[in-house]
Amino acid sequence: MRLITKAATVGFASLLALSVSATSFSSDAAAAWKPQKPVEFVIMAGKGGGADRLARFIQGIIKKHGFASLPFVPINKGGGSGAEALRYVRDKAGDPHVIMATLNSYYTTPLRNPGLGVDISKFTPIARMAEDTFQLWVSSDTKIMNVEQYVAAVKKAGMANWKMGGTGKGAEDSLVTAMLEKTYGFQVTYIPFKGGGTVAKQLIGKHINSTVNNPSEQMGFFQAGKSRPLATFTPNRLKVFPNVPTFRELGHDLVYFMQRSVVAPPGISKDAQAYYVGVFEKVYQSKEWQTYLTKKGLLPGWLTGDKLTSYFVKEREAHRKLLASMGEIK
Amino acid sequence: MDVLAALMDGFFIAFEPLNLGLVIFGCMAGLFIGAMPGLGSVNGVAILLPMTFLVPPTSAIIFLAALYYGAMYGGAISSIMLGIPGASTAVATTFDGRPMALKGMADKALVGAAAASFVGGTISIILFTAFAPPLADVALAFGPPEEFALMMLAFATFIGLGGDDIPKTFFSIFIGLVMSSVGLDIISGNPRLIFMDLPGFYHGINFLVLAIGIYGIGEMLWTVEQAKGDVIVTKVTVTVRGIIEALKDLRKTKKVMFMGSILGFFVGILPAAGATPGSLMAYGVARTMSKDPDSFGKGNIEGVVAPEAANNAASTGSMLPMLTLGIPGSPTTAILLGGMVIWGLEPGPMLFIEHKEFVWGLIASLYAANFFALAINIAFVPAFMMVLKMPFTILAPIIFILCIVGGFAPTQDMHDVWLMLVFGVMGYLMRKLDYPLAPMVLAIVLGPLAEASVRQSLMMSHGSFATFFERPISGTIMLIAIGLFAWPIFSTVRKRFRSGAYGAEG
Repeated sequence: MRLITKAATVGFASLLALSVSATSFSSDAAAAWKPQKPVEFVIMAGKGGGADRLARFIQGIIKKHGFASLPFVPINKGGGSGAEALRYVRDKAGDPHVIMATLNSYYTTPLRNPGLGVDISKFTPIARMAEDTFQLWVSSDTKIMNVEQYVAAVKKAGMANWKMGGTGKGAEDSLVTAMLEKTYGFQVTYIPFKGGGTVAKQLIGKHINSTVNNPSEQMGFFQAGKSRPLATFTPNRLKVFPNVPTFRELGHDLVYFMQRSVVAPPGISKDAQAYYVGVFEKVYQSKEWQTYLTKKGLLPGWLTGDKLTSYFVKEREAHRKLLASMGEIK
Repeated sequence: MDVLAALMDGFFIAFEPLNLGLVIFGCMAGLFIGAMPGLGSVNGVAILLPMTFLVPPTSAIIFLAALYYGAMYGGAISSIMLGIPGASTAVATTFDGRPMALKGMADKALVGAAAASFVGGTISIILFTAFAPPLADVALAFGPPEEFALMMLAFATFIGLGGDDIPKTFFSIFIGLVMSSVGLDIISGNPRLIFMDLPGFYHGINFLVLAIGIYGIGEMLWTVEQAKGDVIVTKVTVTVRGIIEALKDLRKTKKVMFMGSILGFFVGILPAAGATPGSLMAYGVARTMSKDPDSFGKGNIEGVVAPEAANNAASTGSMLPMLTLGIPGSPTTAILLGGMVIWGLEPGPMLFIEHKEFVWGLIASLYAANFFALAINIAFVPAFMMVLKMPFTILAPIIFILCIVGGFAPTQDMHDVWLMLVFGVMGYLMRKLDYPLAPMVLAIVLGPLAEASVRQSLMMSHGSFATFFERPISGTIMLIAIGLFAWPIFSTVRKRFRSGAYGAEG
């Protein structure tokens, strides 16, 4: 085993050297602050989920183009719907070598666990990279072609026989489902699954009747003609789905987004903040990121600085109301 | 015929010098990463993914797939030689691999593991080549009730047959189930059983922490007591003839190998399961099939062959839902999937149509990776055997350090290291008191899957258990599982009856 260990160490060392040399040609003379060691890129979700894939995609773009002088190392802290990650980043106050990719549990988790002692308005905002969108999906084997038929079908089936799949209770999908129920006055049986990809699969396998997946989660099945979007929870139609109406067009103000942002611990220096904003701006403008946004039906949503913080605070209040109306919090 | 033509094209891609070189390098790197406790294919693929931007996407996935494969082979090495599971997928290999090494049959165990991995890998690639699209439909047909039925079957294989004390087996399973429910309830999102309010318990008890603790540390404590500092195994000569003999001996295990491969493949293609449950189930079934179940856990080669065939088969199997449905069948494929997005490839039903050369290049390179991993592995057997020549006073601290690193690496949290040490002491005590450890490990792996699927099923059926029997697939699996559960009662009654009859005669 000593042999193996040694060989493995040598292997790792050479790989590390290789990866460093691959990125070291990026020069950033203008920035006053630069990381002194690899940056911890905390992910608020477990390995393999949508948030994880997106964060690793961002890391890939940084690496591929050499946008940062030192590597960004993804670390998953998905425990407690991101509670673990939030607490970790809070406790790293002032440490400029930690950043975190967020999703909407950034609001809901501190609201549901006040004992966590996390106030997101104190975190250092870096950038909002995109807003992910939601659509109402059914299997293409059904005869349901529009929302009107959908509502009729759900009401006819009754709560016991209409299964809506989604991610965990209190998570985004369940909030969107609650909004639908309230607006159209029906009730469904909500079945939580581990991640959006699994939810999509359950719909195609006909174990559930409908979902509120992100377009990216259903895209493959949609292209293969296996699923059908009925309407979109956005103000305007998505470019990739020009024929799918929005709920607003149908007369109901149902709009919900999943923010995809990056934040840093509270109290890091202005220079460090500026450095990260610079890195993520390059990612945001990269061809890969822009292509991904268009192809997967995400909306561009570049936002930084105080504007981003006030956006977070506004969204937190909106989620407080949503959760309260669902009886999830008091 | 189309398939064969496409596969031939794939071979041309796989045998391009760059790709072939990457296959060999990937296998080597994977072997070492897999052999390092705590570092498994997930970490290997995650660490090396960014490196792949230097080459075209097809070459990149070929490299990562070879790495994934190599890691599956490598995991067995530390399981057998040190008793520390090299990766979660190799935990079942420790059950019999380690006892074999202690009996001086380490070469046989290593060769058996490598050969079984080869067979498992090859059978599953053939299945993959021939039936990928229809098999994707099988994966889709598995909803929550079917998943739960499958979990019941897995538990049944561990209780149903075999010589272990049945009450102790139950106890071990229940302890495992309790530990598997620590952390966040996936349905309601509420924290459960957070011992002493320690934040580290929020992410649950990592299965690998438990496995490294009870096998690595527990085993070490046990050996310290037994060996008192001596070289544990004196007979460590390795000869080419010995290896050939070992390969020949494996013909006896071909049934188990075949079973492990098929089972592993099917468990692998079901999203949510993956190679770890597959290998544990294969171990359970091998024991069920065996004429001599009592010898399992004490160094039966079938106990090494079955899980190793299954974990390699499952690793290929789990690429199927990734490529055809865009859903990863295991944590490693989840990261591969992330890579594909960066390369601009869209996994899912369209991939086979739009990026033929990518898919077939990958499949062909899996054949090649399998072959090279086997060759490299066998070539290194003598080097691995050196480990056993070390006196235990030197080996024990090495094992200890590797366990600590292995406990820390996956989550990078000291909490897990402390927890692992606690499990180590617990494992030692359970061993001393003769409690079976394998059922506990099985329970902590399958517990969360079983819990989620049973709750989802019951929510869908509004509390009716009939749902598990009404659906054809889950009903069939359930009936087999119940049969296996009932078997020990039946056989005990039969034994009593027989001995009673003999008594009457005498």
